[in-house]
Amino acid sequence: MSEESPSNSALRSSVETRKRVEASLGARYRRENRFRFFGLLAVLVSVSFVAFFFVSIISQGYTAFTQTYIQVDVYFDPDVVSPDGSRAPDVLSQVNYSRLIKDGLGSMFPEVSGRKPKQLLNRLVSNGAIYELRDRVMAEPDIIGSRESLWFLADDEIDAWFKQYSRGDDADGAARLGDAQIGWLRQLVAQGRLEQRFNTVFFTSGDSRDPEMAGIWAAAKGSFFMLVVCMSIAFPLGVAASIYLEEFAPRNRWVDLIEVNINNLAAVPSIVFGLLGLAVFINFLSLPRSAPLVGGLVLALMTLPTIIIASRSAITAVPPSIREAALGIGASPVQAVVHHVLPLAMPGMLTGAILGIARALGETAPLLMIGMVAFIVEAPQTPLDPSSALPVQIYLWADSPERAFAERTAAAIMVLLAFLLVMNATAVWLRSKYERRW
Amino acid sequence: MLKPMDTQYGFIGNRSHDPYVAGRDTLSKEEQDGECIFETVGEVTSPDPIISVRNCNVFYGDNQAINNVTLDVGRNEVISLIGPSGCGKSTFIRCLNRMNDTIEGARVEGDIRLDGEPIYAKEVDPVLLRARVGMVFQKPNPFPKSVYENVAYGARIHGLARSRAELDEIVFSSLERAGLYAEVKSRMDEPGTSLSGGQQQRLCIARTIAVNPEVILMDEPCSALDPIATAKIEDLIEELRQNFSIAIVTHSMQQAARVSQRTAYFHMGQLVEVGATDTVFTNPIHRLTEDYVTGRIG
Ligand SMILES: Nc1ncnc2c1ncn2[C@@H]1O[C@H](COP(=O)(O)OP(=O)(O)OP(=O)(O)O)[C@@H](O)[C@H]1O
Ligand SMILES: [Mg+2]
Repeated sequence: MSEESPSNSALRSSVETRKRVEASLGARYRRENRFRFFGLLAVLVSVSFVAFFFVSIISQGYTAFTQTYIQVDVYFDPDVVSPDGSRAPDVLSQVNYSRLIKDGLGSMFPEVSGRKPKQLLNRLVSNGAIYELRDRVMAEPDIIGSRESLWFLADDEIDAWFKQYSRGDDADGAARLGDAQIGWLRQLVAQGRLEQRFNTVFFTSGDSRDPEMAGIWAAAKGSFFMLVVCMSIAFPLGVAASIYLEEFAPRNRWVDLIEVNINNLAAVPSIVFGLLGLAVFINFLSLPRSAPLVGGLVLALMTLPTIIIASRSAITAVPPSIREAALGIGASPVQAVVHHVLPLAMPGMLTGAILGIARALGETAPLLMIGMVAFIVEAPQTPLDPSSALPVQIYLWADSPERAFAERTAAAIMVLLAFLLVMNATAVWLRSKYERRW
Repeated sequence: MLKPMDTQYGFIGNRSHDPYVAGRDTLSKEEQDGECIFETVGEVTSPDPIISVRNCNVFYGDNQAINNVTLDVGRNEVISLIGPSGCGKSTFIRCLNRMNDTIEGARVEGDIRLDGEPIYAKEVDPVLLRARVGMVFQKPNPFPKSVYENVAYGARIHGLARSRAELDEIVFSSLERAGLYAEVKSRMDEPGTSLSGGQQQRLCIARTIAVNPEVILMDEPCSALDPIATAKIEDLIEELRQNFSIAIVTHSMQQAARVSQRTAYFHMGQLVEVGATDTVFTNPIHRLTEDYVTGRIG
């Protein structure tokens, strides 16, 4: 090495080098420790937020999974049920069954008199009880003339009182009930005529004005239909688009433009997609309002950019040597992609798609635009029937004044979370199933 | 058919007339950097060519990677392509089965013929071409599928086997010819990627010969292998020569000397010298070749 070589001045003795390295070590470790500390802090903060969220939702919502039932002695009075002795279904379906319940409660509390107290007494039992009675009589007309002790759904205020009472809390103070009602309730408790059971109604019925009869089944079914529509449209389209862009599209300004737009679309607020869906699917294509089909289409539009982005990165991650190997023995470009690239990219694509769709499933805003914020009692039979969706149901219940809807809101959130959890678990499972680390 | 070009591309290495001959003491800087045009010395043509390349230029965008190369690959001949890193050996070999088509911005000029038919003609299907001119890559790249599937794949997509028995026959005989059958006969269903590096490379060779190509291109097939695996592949190449023509890129002069009948020396995108392997290694004409084979550059 000659004297004037520039690298010469940079050369130092090994002793000097070692000294300098040692001097820098302390600062390096300090920086490293600081970095780790902040990392840990960030994790702790996010974990505590999640924990707080779960605790508050579960503590508010778990009571919704049980429901108070009240036992009433019912006399299927022939004078009320079939005054003319007819047992034709159209006659039996028109009967005033609330009379049977009123009479039953009246016989249990004979001391109650007067219009107002009797009204209060009748309100112990849910409005839904008359439908239960009707169904019972129509299924089994022979029951007319006999007596039976039947369990009915209790009214939501009674339910709230009884839940607090069973927990040993100050039920009377919190309840919006009069002294007379509380007296009756205590009497019923003493007779063993109040009971808490698993709340099957919550899982099997649609929305209702009465909280004790409201359930998530209709909303969950709507969400499920949307999920199916969204998945079956967004996934194939997204995969096809990403394969084309990644493997076959020429590199030019137009493709760059499309790419930029896809990335931008992924960030467009969801309500804009709702407006688009309203304009295109409902106003232009005249698809039915409030239908899961339209909801699914809108969510598909929304998730498409996410799926394309995820799929493209999954395709890029496939080593080019695999493509070369396939082309090298004479596979056509499409064969190379379908036989070799796609199977390797599939787990990544599926994970991206499922996470994108799980995200969309929790979306409310676009559904508002296409009329899915409806009061839906009947669960939809097909994706074309009017329906609501889980997040919309949560939104509606959270807005309702009845106290009992608060716990149902939290319970519905838990169900939605379970839905998402199942989807994410599916993503993880698919990933491990198809990911061959060969 | 090609016009006889012997007059133009025949033996032009006349020492007394060529300025760049061995024995000169120094090379100018331009010569070292390939900034001047060399005329290829040696025997570029072959009496019975299967592939003939005439005036081939390859560009990556604006960069010229191959400059006016003319070369024949003879039938049942092994030709090695040697030269310093970046001189365009891979680029050249990838022209022969149109693998350069898959590279964005790559452009190939010149007349390249397989058995007298121009392979860059419009009506030529690169898929069929690649079935006739197989390729083995530098890094073993078996498909992430079973050993059996790896070898069967080519036969499957080209519809070479009419029955399962025929397919079995193709797979097993290809593995046999690649010298791999004994080692993998009990592991047919295991992933090809679970084999050792040398086995993987032989699997890739089996996969290539399963399609029964006319020419096999090998781009540094042994660069990732140990000497024993390398020796096995070299034996294999010697055997494959009975049925196939082979062009092999290698960085090992010993390997070139062991396996090939002819050797071509590339320098900065130009073909400097080509000739019988012994001549090129023991008695090179061009000064650059001499420097390279004696280890002075490269
Ligand atoms: N895909 C590509 N795009 C642009 N330039 C390329 C590409 N591939 C190769 N080149 C350039 O072409 C020239 C020749 O490259 P090539 O790979 O053919 O060299 P090589 O002789 O195979 O080298 P090595 O022995 O290191 O493999 C190099 O200058 C390289 O930078
Ligand atoms: Mg190379």
